Amino acid sequence: MSKDTKQNFGPDEALYRPIYETGKGFYITVSILLAIYFWSLYMYFTQVRSGLGVTGMNQPVTWGFYIVNFVFFIGISHAGTLISAILRLSKAEWRRPITRMAEVITAIVLAIGGLHPILDLGRPDRMLNLVTAGRLQSPLLWDVTSITAYFTASTVYLYLPMIPDIAKLRDRGGKLTWFYTFLAWGWHGTEKQKKVLNKVINILMIMVIPIAISVHTVISYIFSMTLQPGWHSTIFGPYFVAGAIFSGIAALLIVMIAFRRAYHLENYLKEIHFKYLSTLLLIMSFLWFYFTFSEYLTGIFASEPHEMRIILYKFTGPFAIFFWGMVACNFIIPVILLGISRFRTIKGILFASISVVVGMWLERLIIVVPTLANPTMPLPVGIYIPSLVEWALFIGGIAVFILGFVLFSKFFPLISIWEIEEGRKEGIKEVEERIHSYLPNT
Amino acid sequence: MPKWAMVIDLDKCTGCGDCMASCKIENNIAIVSPEEANEGRVMFWMDMITVYEGDYPNIRIKRYPKPCFHCDNPPCVKVCPVHATYKNKEGLVGQIYDRCIGCRYCMAGCPFTSKVFNWYEPVWPEEFKNCFNPDVSLRNVGVIEKCSFCAHRLIRVRENADVEDREIRDGEYFPACAESCPANAIFFGDIENKESKVYKLSQSSRAYREKENLGVEPKVIYLSERK
Repeated sequence: MSKDTKQNFGPDEALYRPIYETGKGFYITVSILLAIYFWSLYMYFTQVRSGLGVTGMNQPVTWGFYIVNFVFFIGISHAGTLISAILRLSKAEWRRPITRMAEVITAIVLAIGGLHPILDLGRPDRMLNLVTAGRLQSPLLWDVTSITAYFTASTVYLYLPMIPDIAKLRDRGGKLTWFYTFLAWGWHGTEKQKKVLNKVINILMIMVIPIAISVHTVISYIFSMTLQPGWHSTIFGPYFVAGAIFSGIAALLIVMIAFRRAYHLENYLKEIHFKYLSTLLLIMSFLWFYFTFSEYLTGIFASEPHEMRIILYKFTGPFAIFFWGMVACNFIIPVILLGISRFRTIKGILFASISVVVGMWLERLIIVVPTLANPTMPLPVGIYIPSLVEWALFIGGIAVFILGFVLFSKFFPLISIWEIEEGRKEGIKEVEERIHSYLPNT
Repeated sequence: MPKWAMVIDLDKCTGCGDCMASCKIENNIAIVSPEEANEGRVMFWMDMITVYEGDYPNIRIKRYPKPCFHCDNPPCVKVCPVHATYKNKEGLVGQIYDRCIGCRYCMAGCPFTSKVFNWYEPVWPEEFKNCFNPDVSLRNVGVIEKCSFCAHRLIRVRENADVEDREIRDGEYFPACAESCPANAIFFGDIENKESKVYKLSQSSRAYREKENLGVEPKVIYLSERK
């Protein structure tokens, strides 16, 4: 059996290569990332030991990088599962090499993002009070609930479509066979198994979409449920969801371009995939602009004094550089790079995606800090300068993300092999039939 | 059931800051170093707000004390994930230090910036260690605290009243700031009781509350000709 299948690996051998061949670059990357990770862990321990005083947070700026990064990372996590589910649901054939990577981003980033509120706690030792004394009326509890649900759903949604691939690795033998045997769950690719798997994936992808949307809506509710000017806005739910998908697509594009280069996946991730995804990015950029414009125009037009104070703090005050930087990163740069076909190369797309990720991070900063820095009572304007600990945990979070992704790619194929095979065998025929069914008189 | 409220007569208030000092001593509030205080980690349950109105040379300074307003519809209680801040039947908004997880959501949600956080474990000068108020528990690092309207005094007053089998008399229960105010500008009492001094003052034409448009219904009423 195993010898038989081994010969069948032929066309997709490139997808197995990263798992079985490990170069020097891998070890160097992993050790650098691990060093950063342990450094940030040490920094966190200093915070646990002496209290949140080691951060730059104060009164009135009581929330800083941790909450900013929490919103940012959870936003990135929308790349994955949501996009993959929507593409699967809409039967977009070009999804096949993308979905796995998107789902991995979600699982890893969600784990990182979900930990951020714990970093932010003054008493992490009392974290379980959320369970024993939790108040479901508090938006923070809604968060705990929906992030847990999303994490569960998206890891299952990552794992299930991986089973046939894990079985392939098991049959191939060699490295860690016991591990793959355990994870493959007795998959042999029988008709019945295929039918069950397809059914489960179908159910999951429909379930995952409302959960994903709820996650970022509820995160926006943390802010919009308070009475603070700049936060108390009904648009926040959809605004955050749109922003999350926006930054998610950008992160997905960065990851795709990076791993395409690192693992030579040019045959699988072709220009067309980047073109399609970057169109989506461009649309989201316009959508983001629309939301931002509506949000600020309502504030400026009504000119409520407290609201105005915060808007001016962002437009012309100390946060002007971040605000206009955000507008440039999220709108001007991507629209120029993606809207003009001459710039819309892989390099241009990469640059636009990085700019969007930076811009979305700035947006989270702009939402969290200015409102807190300008208390509605006649108190002095607050100043927030993040400390080394906060920077360390931010960099550590990014390092853990890359580390997780690199390690994942060493144990599992980054592109779904069986789905590519299925595409070759059935997809082409199916699409042809589908197109016939759309058109009259064929 | 009484509903405790405070009236601060700003026409009498001299802005001396005695209420802040007496509050700090009464409630064992941590003392931070000057460097920390400059970074915005200063801890006051009773704060003093200073507003400069007008342009030079016609500047008018407005100074007024700001305790926790013990809102009747408190935004901090609504957002707390673990029920560490609550409103009791008598309208006092309390804080359970041993349950607080330090998420600082109440701090972010309070429109009056009344909550303070223990950024570090409090360090006490030697001479302070002998004069803690035994009625008020000491707080640890990482929890939120705020003005309690000196609720520990209410417990003592209620015990006395119960022993003598009577209601609490008007003016019997008052927080430390009201007691120490040299200008006698702070009044305290039951605003539901139509006979009480606080109720009568709250009906004055000079009375106003902070941010009445928010609908959180603060139970601290200011009296001022200037507004």
